Amino acid sequence: MTIAWYLALSAIVFVLGAVGVITRRNPLVILLCLELMLNGGNLALIAFSRHFANGAGQIFGLAVMAVAASEVCVGLGLVVAINRRSLPLDVDRLSELRG
Amino acid sequence: MSAVLFFIAAAGVLAGAVGVVVLRDPFYCVLALVGHLLSLAVLFLLLRAEFVAAVQVLVYAGAVMVLYVFVVAYVGGEGDRSEIGQLGERLGGAGPVASGLRLGGAVLGGALLVELLIALLGTGLEAIGKKGAPYSPGPHAFGTPAYVGELLLTRFLVVFEVTSFLLLVAAVGAVVLARRRRGLGGQDERDVLTPLDLLRPRDTGTMAEGVGKHS
Repeated sequence: MTIAWYLALSAIVFVLGAVGVITRRNPLVILLCLELMLNGGNLALIAFSRHFANGAGQIFGLAVMAVAASEVCVGLGLVVAINRRSLPLDVDRLSELRG
Repeated sequence: MSAVLFFIAAAGVLAGAVGVVVLRDPFYCVLALVGHLLSLAVLFLLLRAEFVAAVQVLVYAGAVMVLYVFVVAYVGGEGDRSEIGQLGERLGGAGPVASGLRLGGAVLGGALLVELLIALLGTGLEAIGKKGAPYSPGPHAFGTPAYVGELLLTRFLVVFEVTSFLLLVAAVGAVVLARRRRGLGGQDERDVLTPLDLLRPRDTGTMAEGVGKHS
Protein backbone atom coordinates (compact mmCIF):
# COMPACT_ATOMS: atom_id res chain seq x y z
CA MET A 1 0.00 0.00 0.00
CA THR A 2 1.39 3.37 -0.91
CA ILE A 3 1.15 6.27 1.45
CA ALA A 4 -1.30 8.16 -0.75
CA TRP A 5 -4.16 5.87 0.28
CA TYR A 6 -3.59 6.69 3.93
CA LEU A 7 -3.46 10.41 3.18
CA ALA A 8 -6.71 10.26 1.22
CA LEU A 9 -8.37 8.37 4.07
CA SER A 10 -7.13 10.90 6.62
CA ALA A 11 -8.50 13.77 4.51
CA ILE A 12 -11.90 12.08 4.28
CA VAL A 13 -12.02 11.46 8.03
CA PHE A 14 -11.04 15.06 8.72
CA VAL A 15 -13.75 16.38 6.42
CA LEU A 16 -16.37 14.11 7.97
CA GLY A 17 -15.45 15.48 11.37
CA ALA A 18 -15.63 19.05 10.10
CA VAL A 19 -19.08 18.47 8.61
CA GLY A 20 -20.19 16.99 11.91
CA VAL A 21 -18.90 19.99 13.86
CA ILE A 22 -20.79 22.30 11.54
CA THR A 23 -24.09 20.44 11.41
CA ARG A 24 -24.55 18.80 14.81
CA ARG A 25 -25.99 20.75 17.72
CA ASN A 26 -25.37 18.58 20.76
CA PRO A 27 -22.07 19.66 22.37
CA LEU A 28 -21.27 16.05 23.23
CA VAL A 29 -21.48 15.04 19.58
CA ILE A 30 -19.52 18.12 18.57
CA LEU A 31 -16.73 16.94 20.88
CA LEU A 32 -16.89 13.51 19.24
CA CYS A 33 -16.59 15.10 15.80
CA LEU A 34 -13.60 17.11 17.02
CA GLU A 35 -12.06 13.77 17.95
CA LEU A 36 -12.65 12.65 14.38
CA MET A 37 -10.80 15.69 13.05
CA LEU A 38 -7.88 15.09 15.39
CA ASN A 39 -7.78 11.45 14.34
CA GLY A 40 -7.63 12.44 10.70
CA GLY A 41 -4.63 14.62 11.44
CA ASN A 42 -3.10 11.85 13.51
CA LEU A 43 -3.40 9.34 10.69
CA ALA A 44 -1.64 11.71 8.30
CA LEU A 45 1.14 12.31 10.83
CA ILE A 46 1.79 8.62 11.34
CA ALA A 47 1.60 7.92 7.62
CA PHE A 48 4.25 10.55 6.99
CA SER A 49 6.29 9.15 9.86
CA ARG A 50 6.31 5.76 8.14
CA HIS A 51 6.99 7.39 4.82
CA PHE A 52 10.12 9.20 5.92
CA ALA A 53 11.15 6.49 8.42
CA ASN A 54 11.34 9.21 11.06
CA GLY A 55 10.00 8.72 14.56
CA ALA A 56 9.12 12.38 15.11
CA GLY A 57 5.73 11.88 13.53
CA GLN A 58 4.86 9.17 16.01
CA ILE A 59 5.88 11.36 18.94
CA PHE A 60 3.74 14.12 17.47
CA GLY A 61 0.86 11.66 17.20
CA LEU A 62 1.20 10.79 20.87
CA ALA A 63 1.20 14.50 21.74
CA VAL A 64 -1.98 14.95 19.66
CA MET A 65 -3.58 12.13 21.65
CA ALA A 66 -2.67 13.89 24.90
CA VAL A 67 -4.14 17.14 23.61
CA ALA A 68 -7.31 15.29 22.59
CA ALA A 69 -7.58 13.74 26.05
CA SER A 70 -7.21 17.16 27.68
CA GLU A 71 -9.82 18.62 25.37
CA VAL A 72 -12.24 15.80 26.20
CA CYS A 73 -11.59 16.31 29.90
CA VAL A 74 -12.36 20.03 29.85
CA GLY A 75 -15.17 19.71 27.31
CA LEU A 76 -16.98 17.05 29.29
CA GLY A 77 -16.53 19.18 32.41
CA LEU A 78 -18.27 21.99 30.55
CA VAL A 79 -21.07 19.65 29.46
CA VAL A 80 -21.58 18.48 33.04
CA ALA A 81 -21.62 22.11 34.24
CA ILE A 82 -24.18 23.03 31.56
CA ASN A 83 -26.32 20.09 32.53
CA ARG A 84 -26.07 20.90 36.21
CA ARG A 85 -27.41 24.39 35.64
CA SER A 86 -30.22 22.74 33.65
CA LEU A 87 -29.45 24.69 30.51
CA PRO A 88 -30.36 23.11 27.16
CA LEU A 89 -27.70 20.90 25.61
CA ASP A 90 -27.93 22.69 22.29
CA VAL A 91 -25.21 24.98 21.02
CA ASP A 92 -27.74 27.01 19.03
CA ARG A 93 -29.69 27.87 22.14
CA LEU A 94 -26.64 28.55 24.31
CA SER A 95 -26.26 32.02 22.87
CA GLU A 96 -26.12 34.29 25.90
CA LEU A 97 -22.74 35.67 24.91
CA ARG A 98 -23.89 36.75 21.46
CA GLY A 99 -23.88 40.51 22.16
CA MET B 1 -2.31 -9.16 2.35
CA SER B 2 -1.62 -5.70 3.72
CA ALA B 3 -3.78 -4.21 0.99
CA VAL B 4 -6.72 -6.39 1.99
CA LEU B 5 -6.22 -5.47 5.63
CA PHE B 6 -5.98 -1.80 4.71
CA PHE B 7 -9.28 -1.80 2.88
CA ILE B 8 -11.06 -3.69 5.66
CA ALA B 9 -9.73 -1.28 8.29
CA ALA B 10 -10.44 1.73 6.08
CA ALA B 11 -14.03 0.59 5.69
CA GLY B 12 -14.27 0.37 9.48
CA VAL B 13 -12.75 3.84 9.90
CA LEU B 14 -15.14 5.39 7.40
CA ALA B 15 -18.18 3.58 8.79
CA GLY B 16 -17.33 4.73 12.30
CA ALA B 17 -16.82 8.33 11.18
CA VAL B 18 -20.08 8.40 9.24
CA GLY B 19 -21.83 6.84 12.22
CA VAL B 20 -20.56 9.57 14.54
CA VAL B 21 -21.77 12.30 12.21
CA VAL B 22 -25.12 10.75 11.27
CA LEU B 23 -26.48 8.81 14.25
CA ARG B 24 -29.01 10.61 16.40
CA ASP B 25 -28.45 9.12 19.82
CA PRO B 26 -25.17 10.36 21.39
CA PHE B 27 -24.65 6.96 22.97
CA TYR B 28 -24.56 5.29 19.56
CA CYS B 29 -22.26 8.06 18.38
CA VAL B 30 -19.82 7.12 21.15
CA LEU B 31 -20.03 3.44 20.19
CA ALA B 32 -19.39 4.32 16.55
CA LEU B 33 -16.35 6.32 17.60
CA VAL B 34 -15.03 3.32 19.53
CA GLY B 35 -15.28 1.22 16.37
CA HIS B 36 -13.59 4.01 14.43
CA LEU B 37 -10.70 4.14 16.91
CA LEU B 38 -10.19 0.37 16.87
CA SER B 39 -10.05 0.34 13.08
CA LEU B 40 -7.64 3.24 13.18
CA ALA B 41 -5.40 1.23 15.50
CA VAL B 42 -5.27 -1.48 12.83
CA LEU B 43 -4.13 1.16 10.34
CA PHE B 44 -1.46 2.32 12.77
CA LEU B 45 -0.21 -1.24 13.03
CA LEU B 46 -0.02 -1.38 9.26
CA LEU B 47 2.04 1.82 9.37
CA ARG B 48 4.60 0.25 11.74
CA ALA B 49 3.47 2.34 14.68
CA GLU B 50 2.99 -0.42 17.20
CA PHE B 51 3.32 1.64 20.34
CA VAL B 52 0.96 4.32 19.05
CA ALA B 53 -1.57 1.64 18.14
CA ALA B 54 -1.40 0.17 21.63
CA VAL B 55 -1.80 3.61 23.20
CA GLN B 56 -4.72 4.29 20.87
CA VAL B 57 -6.55 1.16 22.03
CA LEU B 58 -5.71 1.41 25.72
CA VAL B 59 -5.95 5.12 26.38
CA TYR B 60 -8.21 6.42 23.65
CA ALA B 61 -10.69 3.64 22.99
CA GLY B 62 -10.46 2.56 26.59
CA ALA B 63 -10.18 5.39 29.08
CA VAL B 64 -11.42 8.39 27.13
CA MET B 65 -14.41 6.55 25.71
CA VAL B 66 -15.36 5.29 29.17
CA LEU B 67 -15.40 8.93 30.26
CA TYR B 68 -17.68 9.71 27.33
CA VAL B 69 -20.03 6.86 28.14
CA PHE B 70 -20.29 7.98 31.75
CA VAL B 71 -21.05 11.57 30.78
CA VAL B 72 -23.63 10.50 28.19
CA ALA B 73 -25.29 8.32 30.80
CA TYR B 74 -25.19 11.15 33.32
CA VAL B 75 -26.44 13.86 31.02
CA GLY B 76 -28.92 11.71 29.14
CA GLY B 77 -28.79 11.79 25.39
CA GLU B 78 -31.72 14.01 24.66
CA GLY B 79 -29.99 16.84 22.87
CA ASP B 80 -30.93 15.92 19.34
CA ARG B 81 -34.42 14.74 20.00
CA SER B 82 -35.98 17.32 17.71
CA GLU B 83 -33.90 16.20 14.78
CA ILE B 84 -34.92 13.53 12.36
CA GLY B 85 -32.69 10.53 12.55
CA GLN B 86 -32.95 9.16 9.05
CA LEU B 87 -29.96 9.73 6.84
CA GLY B 88 -31.99 10.88 3.87
CA GLU B 89 -34.15 13.24 5.87
CA ARG B 90 -31.31 14.85 7.78
CA LEU B 91 -30.42 17.07 4.88
CA GLY B 92 -34.05 18.14 4.77
CA GLY B 93 -33.97 18.94 8.45
CA ALA B 94 -36.52 20.76 10.52
CA GLY B 95 -37.27 24.18 9.14
CA PRO B 96 -35.62 26.19 6.40
CA VAL B 97 -32.81 27.57 8.55
CA ALA B 98 -31.65 24.14 9.68
CA SER B 99 -31.76 22.72 6.17
CA GLY B 100 -29.81 25.71 4.89
CA LEU B 101 -27.19 25.14 7.57
CA ARG B 102 -26.89 21.47 6.68
CA LEU B 103 -26.64 22.20 2.98
CA GLY B 104 -23.99 24.79 3.74
CA GLY B 105 -22.16 22.25 5.88
CA ALA B 106 -22.22 19.68 3.10
CA VAL B 107 -21.01 22.20 0.51
CA LEU B 108 -18.26 23.44 2.78
CA GLY B 109 -17.22 19.88 3.56
CA GLY B 110 -17.01 19.01 -0.12
CA ALA B 111 -14.93 22.09 -0.84
CA LEU B 112 -12.64 21.29 2.10
CA LEU B 113 -12.24 17.70 0.91
CA VAL B 114 -11.24 18.79 -2.59
CA GLU B 115 -8.77 21.28 -1.17
CA LEU B 116 -7.26 18.76 1.22
CA LEU B 117 -6.91 16.11 -1.46
CA ILE B 118 -5.22 18.60 -3.76
CA ALA B 119 -2.90 19.70 -0.96
CA LEU B 120 -2.03 16.17 0.13
CA LEU B 121 -1.92 14.26 -3.13
CA GLY B 122 -1.68 16.77 -5.93
CA THR B 123 1.44 18.62 -4.90
CA GLY B 124 4.92 17.74 -5.83
CA LEU B 125 5.69 15.25 -3.11
CA GLU B 126 7.94 13.15 -5.25
CA ALA B 127 8.20 9.95 -3.27
CA ILE B 128 4.57 9.76 -2.23
CA GLY B 129 4.12 6.55 -4.15
CA LYS B 130 6.82 4.71 -2.25
CA LYS B 131 6.21 2.28 0.54
CA GLY B 132 8.25 3.94 3.25
CA ALA B 133 10.23 2.36 6.03
CA PRO B 134 10.88 -1.35 5.57
CA TYR B 135 9.89 -3.84 8.20
CA SER B 136 12.87 -5.06 10.16
CA PRO B 137 12.10 -7.12 13.25
CA GLY B 138 14.11 -6.53 16.35
CA PRO B 139 13.90 -4.91 19.77
CA HIS B 140 14.81 -1.43 18.52
CA ALA B 141 12.97 -1.48 15.21
CA PHE B 142 10.95 1.46 13.95
CA GLY B 143 7.83 2.07 16.01
CA THR B 144 8.42 -0.37 18.83
CA PRO B 145 8.04 0.80 22.45
CA ALA B 146 11.82 0.83 22.88
CA TYR B 147 12.23 3.08 19.85
CA VAL B 148 9.48 5.49 20.90
CA GLY B 149 10.64 5.53 24.50
CA GLU B 150 14.18 6.34 23.52
CA LEU B 151 12.97 9.21 21.36
CA LEU B 152 10.66 10.48 24.09
CA LEU B 153 13.37 10.58 26.72
CA THR B 154 16.17 11.97 24.59
CA ARG B 155 15.23 14.09 21.63
CA PHE B 156 11.66 14.97 22.63
CA LEU B 157 12.06 15.30 26.39
CA VAL B 158 10.60 18.80 26.42
CA VAL B 159 7.52 17.61 24.54
CA PHE B 160 7.12 14.81 27.06
CA GLU B 161 7.30 17.12 30.06
CA VAL B 162 5.05 19.78 28.56
CA THR B 163 2.48 17.11 27.71
CA SER B 164 2.44 15.85 31.27
CA PHE B 165 1.94 19.40 32.53
CA LEU B 166 -0.89 19.91 30.03
CA LEU B 167 -2.63 16.80 31.30
CA LEU B 168 -2.30 18.03 34.89
CA VAL B 169 -3.79 21.42 33.95
CA ALA B 170 -6.66 19.73 32.11
CA ALA B 171 -7.47 17.48 35.07
CA VAL B 172 -7.54 20.42 37.48
CA GLY B 173 -9.64 22.41 35.00
CA ALA B 174 -12.17 19.61 34.66
CA VAL B 175 -12.53 19.37 38.43
CA VAL B 176 -13.04 23.13 38.69
CA LEU B 177 -15.59 23.15 35.85
CA ALA B 178 -17.64 20.17 36.98
CA ARG B 179 -17.55 20.74 40.73
CA ARG B 180 -20.72 21.21 42.69
CA ARG B 181 -21.18 24.86 43.44
CA ARG B 182 -22.41 25.88 46.84
CA GLY B 183 -24.37 28.91 47.84
CA LEU B 184 -27.89 28.10 46.68
CA GLY B 185 -28.95 25.92 49.59
CA GLY B 186 -27.59 27.90 52.48
CA GLN B 187 -27.98 25.20 55.08
CA ASP B 188 -24.43 23.95 54.75
CA GLU B 189 -22.74 27.32 54.84
CA ARG B 190 -19.46 27.19 56.68
CA ASP B 191 -18.77 29.83 59.28
CA VAL B 192 -15.47 28.57 60.61
CA LEU B 193 -12.57 30.67 59.46
CA THR B 194 -9.45 28.74 58.67
CA PRO B 195 -6.00 30.14 58.01
CA LEU B 196 -6.35 29.21 54.36
CA ASP B 197 -9.12 31.80 53.93
CA LEU B 198 -6.57 34.56 54.37
CA LEU B 199 -4.60 33.21 51.44
CA ARG B 200 -7.47 32.61 49.02
CA PRO B 201 -11.16 33.50 48.86
CA ARG B 202 -13.81 30.91 49.60
CA ASP B 203 -15.36 28.69 46.94
CA THR B 204 -12.68 29.27 44.39
CA GLY B 205 -12.51 25.67 43.37
CA THR B 206 -10.19 23.63 45.46
CA MET B 207 -10.07 19.89 44.96
CA ALA B 208 -11.77 19.38 48.36
CA GLU B 209 -14.67 21.61 47.32
CA GLY B 210 -14.85 19.76 44.06
CA VAL B 211 -15.78 16.53 45.81
CA GLY B 212 -18.22 18.30 48.11
CA LYS B 213 -16.10 18.77 51.21
CA HIS B 214 -15.18 22.04 52.73
CA SER B 215 -11.61 22.93 53.35
